[in-house]
Amino acid sequence: MPPVGPRSGDAIFANIERVNAELFTLTYGAIVRQLLTDLEEVEEVNKQLDQMGYNIGIRLIDEFLAKSSVSRCVDFKETAEVIAKVGFKMFLGVTASVTNWDADGTCCSIVLEDNPLVDFVELPDTYQGLYYCNILSGVIRGALEMVSMKTEVTWLRDMLRGDDAYELQVKLLKQVPEEYPYKDDE
Amino acid sequence: MQFFGGSEISPSPPAPTATGNNAHMMYVFNRNGVCLLYREWNRPLHTLNPQQDHKLMFGLLFSLKSLTAKMDPTSAEKGNLGVPQLPGQGCSFHSFRTNTYKLSFMESPSGIKIILVTHPRTGDLRESLKYIYNLYVEYVVKNPLYAPGTPIRCELFNTTLDQYVRSIA
Repeated sequence: MPPVGPRSGDAIFANIERVNAELFTLTYGAIVRQLLTDLEEVEEVNKQLDQMGYNIGIRLIDEFLAKSSVSRCVDFKETAEVIAKVGFKMFLGVTASVTNWDADGTCCSIVLEDNPLVDFVELPDTYQGLYYCNILSGVIRGALEMVSMKTEVTWLRDMLRGDDAYELQVKLLKQVPEEYPYKDDE
Repeated sequence: MQFFGGSEISPSPPAPTATGNNAHMMYVFNRNGVCLLYREWNRPLHTLNPQQDHKLMFGLLFSLKSLTAKMDPTSAEKGNLGVPQLPGQGCSFHSFRTNTYKLSFMESPSGIKIILVTHPRTGDLRESLKYIYNLYVEYVVKNPLYAPGTPIRCELFNTTLDQYVRSIA
């Protein structure tokens, strides 16, 4: 039987079970609100959101691979395309675009026009340092680490702070191939 | 210090539960060589203790993958033998058959390796292994009580797996 090619995000999104968008947005908002109350420092909350995203990402990658049947990406460019077109579509229902490739092909920007996490949200002045969607950067970092890529993900533009779109910068630090885990003398 | 298993004992083979189940046994490893799951349905002969058995299996697959990639006549670029490769890179073997059993293998890009040993006349099990990978995602990965990288102790996963394997063999 010929191998099935990677399905586009739309087809998978149609087949996957979904939750109510508002429930999702409001639950996320409640989480952030609670973190702000518990931790008080905006920097701490940012770090905690990133860590939570990382823990989600290391599990999410298996679900992504199982449902989308993408095979190993040849290079980082393809990886970024797959994240933006298939990954975001499958899990959040929005398509992102990839721009701003640097000369080496190791750093790019993923731009989201539309972000379901931030519906109904406004940032008050006291929390201007907060990266509300920082969980997304953790998810991408965690997921890519499980496919042997160490990356650094940061927010360049954030609509809650007055910019016109959401832009994430994904920078590939290094590829870490699988090592034989047992010592030779055992 | 061994990476393998850490301080936790690898899952010891349970007594064969289903009679008439044609598959012999199944292993699931993660990218660090930890045996996440070992299921046994029909294995008359045990030659090694579980720890050594898992290590042997993992080592075998690791070497086979490396060898098959190096011997690939269609690939332009070949690294040196022994140089670690990224999971999923290069050609990947999916089964081998002897006169007494057939071993089917699947590796995901995230390094999860699923191995199923069945009787020699089994057909191509790639789709079945993909389905098992889906089961792993549904019952194990999504389980909040499961810590990634540790042996799987999830009854529901085990029963669903047994049922599914019974239906393929």
